[in-house]
Amino acid sequence: MLRFIVRRLLQMVGVLFVLSLLLFIWLRMLPGGTVSAILGDRATPESRERLTKALGLDEPLYVQYWRYLKRALTGNFGASTGVVPGRDAFQIFIDRFPATIELSFFAILIAILLGIPLGYLAARRRASLFDNASVIVSLIGVAVPVFFLAFLLKYFFAVKLGWLPVSGRQSNIDATRVTNFFVLDGLMTREWDAAWDAFKHLILPAITLSTIPFAVIFRITRASVLEVLDEDFVRTAESKGLTNRIIRGRHVLRNALLPVITTVGLQVGGLLAGAILTESVFSFPGIGEALASAFSHRDYAVLQVLIMASAATFVIVNLIVDVLYAVVDPRVRTR
Amino acid sequence: MTDNPKGWKPGARRKAKIDALAQAAGQVQDAGTVADTPGVSLIASAWRRLRRDRVFLIGLTITVLFLLVALFAPLLAPHDPTARLLLDKVRPQSNPIPGPEPGFPLGADNVGRDLLSRLIVGSRQTLLVCVFATLFSLIGGLILGTLAGAFGGWIDSVVMRFVDIMLSIPSLLLAFSVAAMAARPSQWTVILAISIAYLPIFARLLRGSMLAQRHSDHVLAARALGVKQAPIIFRHMLPNSLGPVIVQATLVLATAVIDAAALSFLGLGNPDDRQPEWGQMLGAAQKYIYDYPHLAFYPAACIILVAFGFTLMGESLREALDPKSRR
Repeated sequence: MLRFIVRRLLQMVGVLFVLSLLLFIWLRMLPGGTVSAILGDRATPESRERLTKALGLDEPLYVQYWRYLKRALTGNFGASTGVVPGRDAFQIFIDRFPATIELSFFAILIAILLGIPLGYLAARRRASLFDNASVIVSLIGVAVPVFFLAFLLKYFFAVKLGWLPVSGRQSNIDATRVTNFFVLDGLMTREWDAAWDAFKHLILPAITLSTIPFAVIFRITRASVLEVLDEDFVRTAESKGLTNRIIRGRHVLRNALLPVITTVGLQVGGLLAGAILTESVFSFPGIGEALASAFSHRDYAVLQVLIMASAATFVIVNLIVDVLYAVVDPRVRTR
Repeated sequence: MTDNPKGWKPGARRKAKIDALAQAAGQVQDAGTVADTPGVSLIASAWRRLRRDRVFLIGLTITVLFLLVALFAPLLAPHDPTARLLLDKVRPQSNPIPGPEPGFPLGADNVGRDLLSRLIVGSRQTLLVCVFATLFSLIGGLILGTLAGAFGGWIDSVVMRFVDIMLSIPSLLLAFSVAAMAARPSQWTVILAISIAYLPIFARLLRGSMLAQRHSDHVLAARALGVKQAPIIFRHMLPNSLGPVIVQATLVLATAVIDAAALSFLGLGNPDDRQPEWGQMLGAAQKYIYDYPHLAFYPAACIILVAFGFTLMGESLREALDPKSRR
C-alpha cells in the first residue's frame, strides 16, 4: 500500500514538472503577450522594448524557464500583471483558494446528498415514472450550459424575488477572519449573522456548480445499483431469506458504491472548470473568477500558478480516490 | 430476460406494473429475436434494438431536424440575418431591443436584426463547430490511441504520459487555455480548442480496447496465419475497438455545442457577428439579460435542445453497443 502511494506520488511530481514546462513554453507563445496586454496596442516600439527587457522576456526560453523554476522553488512565482497588478501570483492563489474550496465543498455535498439516494431509488423502481423522470432531468441537466443556469437562478432568486444576494461572498466586511472559509469563520467566532450571510451568498453558486456532478453521480449510482441487483450473490442472499435491510445495506449498497467513489473523485477535480463560469456570473472571488480574468488580461504569472494548482488538485484528488478505493474494496488491495 | 428488481419483494401486482411500464418505456427488449438468428453481428443486433428504442428515436429526430434546419437555413430564414431591418425601432435609451411584430415573430436584437433568422442561420455555425471539433479530436485520438495500443512498449509509454499530462487539466479549462492562445479568435480557434480538450479521452479509450485485443484469439490467429502488422491493426483490431469510440463521439458532439457557448461567454469565441452562432448570441445577450431575458432564452433553448438530442443518441447507443446488454 505504502509503496503504491509513494510510486504514485513520484509519478505525480513527474507529470506536474513536465506540465509546468509545457505551460511555460505555451503561455509565452500566446500572441499579443503580456507587453501588449499592459501597454495596449498603441504603445511606441521603444516603450515596448523597455518593458520586454524589464520583464526579462527578451532572453531565450530556457533561460527564462530556469530562472522561473529557481524562483518558483522558493515560493516566488512572479507578480501578476493583470488580475491584481503587482500582487504576487502565488499570493493571489492563496487569497482565492479558500473561496473556491468552500464553494466546491457545498456543491459536491449537494451533488452527493441528492445524487446517491435518488440514483438508488431510481434503480430500485426501475422503469417507473420516477425513474424515467429523473433520468430525463439528469440528461437535461447535462445539456444546460452552466453559465446560462447561473443567469437563470440569479435572475429569479436574486434579482426578481430578492431572496438571495446577487453576487460576492459576504456583505458584512467587518467579520473576523480566521481561516478565510467565511462560513466556518463565522461559526468559530460565533458571529452567527456573518456565517449566515456567507452561507446565503453560497447557495446559488453552489446549486449551479452542483448540477453536472449531480447528474453524473446520479446516473452512475443508478447504473451501478442496477448491475449489482442482477448479481448472483444478491439472488443467493435473497434465497437465504436475509432481510431486505441486510441485503440492501451489505450486499447492494456496498458493492454499488465502488464506481461511485471514482466518479465523485473525477467530478471534484472537474469542478474547477465549472467554477470558472459560475464564479464569473456571481462575481464570486475564487480561483475560477481569477482564471477568467487572467485569460482576458493575458496574465501569464497568474495563469501559470492557477492552471498548475488546478492540475495538482486534480491529480491529488485522483490519488486520494485510488487509495480510498483500495481501503473500501479488499479485492484491489491484494493485487 | 424479465425486468425484476432484486433485493426486496414487491407484491405481484407491483411487479406486473413495473414490467408493463418497462415494456412501455421500451427498455426491455424482446429476448427471442436475436437469439433465434445465430451469428448476428454486434452492429446488426444493436440496430435491431435501437430501432425500437424510444429514447434513441427521440434523439435521432432532434438531430435530424437540426441537420435539416442547418442545411436549408437560407431557404427557411424569413430575412437576411445580417440586415439591420428594424434599426429604426431601436431606441438606445428607452427600448434597445425591438419586440415581436408582424413578419418578425421573435423580434430583433440590439441592432435591429431579425432574431428568428439569426437563430435559423446560426444553426449552421453551431453544426460546423460541433462536427469539426468532434471529428478533429476523434482523428487525433485515433492516431495517438492506435499508435499506443497497436505497438505497445516505449511508444505506448511516451504517448500515454503525454495523454496523462493533458488529462491532468480539466477538459473545459484546457479548452479555455488553448482558445486564449489565439490572437484573432474565430470559429476555427474554437474548433481547435474543443478538439484538443477531448482528444486525450479518445486516445485513452482506443488504447485500452486495442491493448485488450493484442493478445486476443482473433489477433493471434491472424498473426499465426502470417497476416502482416498493418492489416492486423487496421482490419482486425481497429474495427473491433470502434464501438465505445463512436459512443464517446456522440457525447462529445453534445459537449462541443455547450463548450462553444462557454467559450463565447468568456469572450474567447468568434467575435464576428456577421456569422450568427448560438453561443455567440447567448454571450451577447448577457448585457440585456435582466431587461430582455428572451434574447438569451431562445439561443439557450436551441443549444439545450440540440445537446439533449445528441446526449440521448449517445446514451442509447452506449446501451445498445454494450455486449453485456446484448441478448
